[in-house]
Amino acid sequence: MYEGVVQDLIDELGRLPGVGPKSAQRIAFHILQSDPVDVRRLAHALNEVKEKVRFCVVCGNVSESERCRVCLDPRRDPAVICVVEEPKDVVAVERTREFRGRYHVLGGAISPIEGVGPDDLRIRELMTRLADGVVTELILATDPNLEGEATATYLARLLKPMGLRVTRLASGLPVGGDLEYADEVTLGRAFEGRRLLDV
Amino acid sequence: MAGMSLFRDDGVVLRTQKLGEADRIITLLTRQHGRVRAVARGVRRTKSKFGARLEPFSHVDVQFFSRGEELVGRHLALCTQVETITPYGGRIVDDYGRYTAATAMLETAERFTENEGEPAVQQYLLLIGALRTLATGEHDSPLVLDAFLLRSLSVNGYAPSFGDCAKCGIPGPNRFFSVQTGGALCPDCRVPGSVVPSPETLVLLGALLSGDWETADATEPRHAREGSGLVAAYVQWHLERGLRSLRYVDR
Ligand SMILES: [Zn+2]
Ligand SMILES: [Zn+2]
Repeated sequence: MYEGVVQDLIDELGRLPGVGPKSAQRIAFHILQSDPVDVRRLAHALNEVKEKVRFCVVCGNVSESERCRVCLDPRRDPAVICVVEEPKDVVAVERTREFRGRYHVLGGAISPIEGVGPDDLRIRELMTRLADGVVTELILATDPNLEGEATATYLARLLKPMGLRVTRLASGLPVGGDLEYADEVTLGRAFEGRRLLDV
Repeated sequence: MAGMSLFRDDGVVLRTQKLGEADRIITLLTRQHGRVRAVARGVRRTKSKFGARLEPFSHVDVQFFSRGEELVGRHLALCTQVETITPYGGRIVDDYGRYTAATAMLETAERFTENEGEPAVQQYLLLIGALRTLATGEHDSPLVLDAFLLRSLSVNGYAPSFGDCAKCGIPGPNRFFSVQTGGALCPDCRVPGSVVPSPETLVLLGALLSGDWETADATEPRHAREGSGLVAAYVQWHLERGLRSLRYVDR
């Protein structure tokens, strides 16, 4: 245990995701030894993010205005929506530069054991967005784990009567890896999702 | 070093929790050691040797490394090798009703095996059987779940009666039913708060408990629904804290 404010800082850092007591201590001492200007910049960034950033009223992505940049961009195709779990997934899809549509952030995945059901996600908001008939295609890009798959299954069933084109991201082998090292679950998925080579 | 030991067992993954940057704590219901928690190092990395083998619903053959003489001790064991026996997850998440029923099964199995390391072979066999049945899609998911819940109660010493009076034993059918008193009751033994389910519902519940699928599959939906309500009340009564996932079951 350290005294007063140092321990307070360690405690606060230790509450961050993925930061254990040892890392918290290391970060705290790093901050203590840093230049005051750097520390002030960090504190400012922390304050700014809480003051300025909110969630886009349309898609639920983080945004500095009522609507996020993607929703405001007229070049983005309004007919296609990519459904993701978290704002960080929007960033991941944007990095691919493959997708020119818009997003919908659910705010998590269905996990009954954690007490998260469909009503706890932004599914009603998604259905509202589909009401005017502009959207014709949905890409379900929830995580390739059980909860993400179950959430996609739930959405696919809910969307079926609406006659939209609904696709799910392919899951399978990591690009750049060797087949022999793939586990059988992943390899099995890759077989299910195989595509026709049209040459 | 003294006291280190290797264990090998097969089990079903009940739950996974993130640990640190790339690890997970895996909770399994094993054949020989009951419920076990162990650490899978690096499992969250894409290049992990475990891959997707340690996801919930997976039936796996695991080698554990323990820093003591027991598998369950002061320190969590490590998973060192994992092989898939049956990856039930894939068949289960393809259907939302199946997924929610199977999730409630995992939570039930976890709750009925609170003492880690204590063998619970009957509970284990029930879980494997129920996941297998669910994955085939032979029977309605809520029925498979209710059968699993009733039999779990039964192997843990809380067998409800759906025929003979739970108090005096007078042979059934009996009209009254009380969760608190152990099931069906005759008019003489009925307690305040007893309900009067439809006779078909009690027949269904008896069939689910005994494994008479022919009778169970032929049941009308309204009786199946009434039965699910009674089973849920019964389970919640016997497990101190209610089952969280039960209210999300897609019926
Ligand atoms: Zn937006
Ligand atoms: Zn009686």
